[in-house]
Amino acid sequence: MATITERVTVRKPHPRRRAAGSFDEMHVKPWTRFARHLIVIAIGAIMMYPLLWLLAASFKPDADIFSSLSIWPSEWDFSHYTDAWTALEKPFQVFLLNSLLLAVLSIVGNLISCGMAAYAFSRLDFRGRKFMFALMLSTLMLPSQVLLVPQYVIFAQLGWLNTYLPLLVPTFLATNAFFIFLMVQFMRALPRELDDAARIDGCGSFGIFFRIIVPLCMPAFATTAIFTFIGSWNEFFGPLLYLTNQDLYTVPLALKQFMNTEGQSSWGQIFAMSVVSLAPVVGFFLAGQKYLINGIATTGLK
Amino acid sequence: MTVAEEARPRLEPPTVLPAERVRKRRRRQDLAGYVFLLPWFGGVLLTFVPFCISLYLAFTDYDLLTPPKFTGLDNITQMLNDTKLHNSLVVTFTYTFVSVPLSLAAALGVAVMLNRGMRGLPLYRSIYYLPSLLGGSVAIVMLWRAIFGADGIVNHVLGLFGVEAGSWIQNPDTAMGVLISLQVWTFGSPMVIFLAALRQVPQELYEAAAVDGARKWRRFVSITMPMISPVIFFNLVLSLIGALQTFTQGFVMSNGTGGPAGSTMFYNLYLYQQGFTNFNMGYASAMAWLLLLIIAAFTGINFFAQKYWVHYES
Repeated sequence: MATITERVTVRKPHPRRRAAGSFDEMHVKPWTRFARHLIVIAIGAIMMYPLLWLLAASFKPDADIFSSLSIWPSEWDFSHYTDAWTALEKPFQVFLLNSLLLAVLSIVGNLISCGMAAYAFSRLDFRGRKFMFALMLSTLMLPSQVLLVPQYVIFAQLGWLNTYLPLLVPTFLATNAFFIFLMVQFMRALPRELDDAARIDGCGSFGIFFRIIVPLCMPAFATTAIFTFIGSWNEFFGPLLYLTNQDLYTVPLALKQFMNTEGQSSWGQIFAMSVVSLAPVVGFFLAGQKYLINGIATTGLK
Repeated sequence: MTVAEEARPRLEPPTVLPAERVRKRRRRQDLAGYVFLLPWFGGVLLTFVPFCISLYLAFTDYDLLTPPKFTGLDNITQMLNDTKLHNSLVVTFTYTFVSVPLSLAAALGVAVMLNRGMRGLPLYRSIYYLPSLLGGSVAIVMLWRAIFGADGIVNHVLGLFGVEAGSWIQNPDTAMGVLISLQVWTFGSPMVIFLAALRQVPQELYEAAAVDGARKWRRFVSITMPMISPVIFFNLVLSLIGALQTFTQGFVMSNGTGGPAGSTMFYNLYLYQQGFTNFNMGYASAMAWLLLLIIAAFTGINFFAQKYWVHYES
């Protein structure tokens, strides 16, 4: 892993080259350019269509949902939202709040623990650093299933089943090597002179971390926070494994409930709550896409 | 480990310091590093201890309630004869070896098209990228069930052309195709990585090739492909690892059964059923280790094969 990840560090494009436009673009005829836009738009439209259809379907009366391909409801029906909200044992806001709580605490955990680890790996010198860094990178490839059974047993013996601890404690222990790697890449790029200057001014390692590194690493922290949010919000396997008490259910588990009771509840309700569950992810994406795109471009993170 | 080397902070200046002071500073530096790594040490413990236990459990019979019984190679012989396991491997490999090349090809194709200094690039890039953030969620898998259901919009569109088809989900021959289409839909994240890589290919190379009379396709094969091959390799390794571990899609698509007729029984879904429905935790651990070996083998093959097609500068 080490070898690929370190070789794929993506540099900023050369400013002059971009300004001049790429080589191919300078030589294309206008109609070629037009055709190209047309293809790109067509593919984009096909990709967006299921999402737009979902949104529209959540407002269509049940009879219309599958009979119409339109992405604009002919008749607006908000009843799916109100019906589905209370269709399960708990009102839907319980699941939303549960998911939100998990997401926020996971963000806090990842930022603190991965930030600290990344600082140590990128800017401190200590014995065993190289070895530990290699160890950290090697865990990137470890399939989590290998740890699944023993972790489950350990968490069960600690009495953590049906609590959020099995989902949260790992985030506070820097177990997500991707985020450490992302932050290491970012911190490496900060000029070393800052540390030296701060040291001369009497700053210790902690002062440098809090006063220099943390403020300068905000973009990397934002990327980590957004990815953590989306990952935690979508996470299905962990909650499925550790949560059986409906009071603790997260949004994905609640949605799954709709599927189990498919006989009674309508697709309209499923779609309505699907829209509710996807909206925060889309929102975070729109708000933070700059950080997301830069983030995956630098580390290949998904 | 170049990262570590480059990341190495500057050593102390070579001024002559009393040995005692050097040692003291050295120790203080070690201490600071370890303090910042404290949470990570906890994480290592949370990884390393289960890692070892799991290896032991792989050779035991364990149902969570009674202590594990060492059974030697029983789990392995059972795995060799377990047709459901063999089926789940076939399902997972089919999914991986069809969906990964398809989505990487789509990602590369669109990235190349977008890279040609198009206006509106950020907008297009966002539209293509968004699905990859949603693809793993329960809501989207359920949406796919609706789209490809007996009464879904796919059949609706086909109906316009006079084609009659049943549910694509309930049919064992097509259920896998539905899941692959979902995976291909999320090609946006490798695409963004490709885009970033394409921007770094020096334009001078294209200009020189054009002067030498190289056509577009030739330029793509002889310049673009070698220049971004490390990134193709990177995407390939990551996508393979991810696809081999697919779970949610199969689980939600089939309501946890892996059906119809085992056609969506992913390896991980079967592992979950063995471990947490049947409580064969020893067997599940053995399966997890087989998955680890499979992933290691594929990654190893990739690393070995890269010297034949991956081009690194310098």
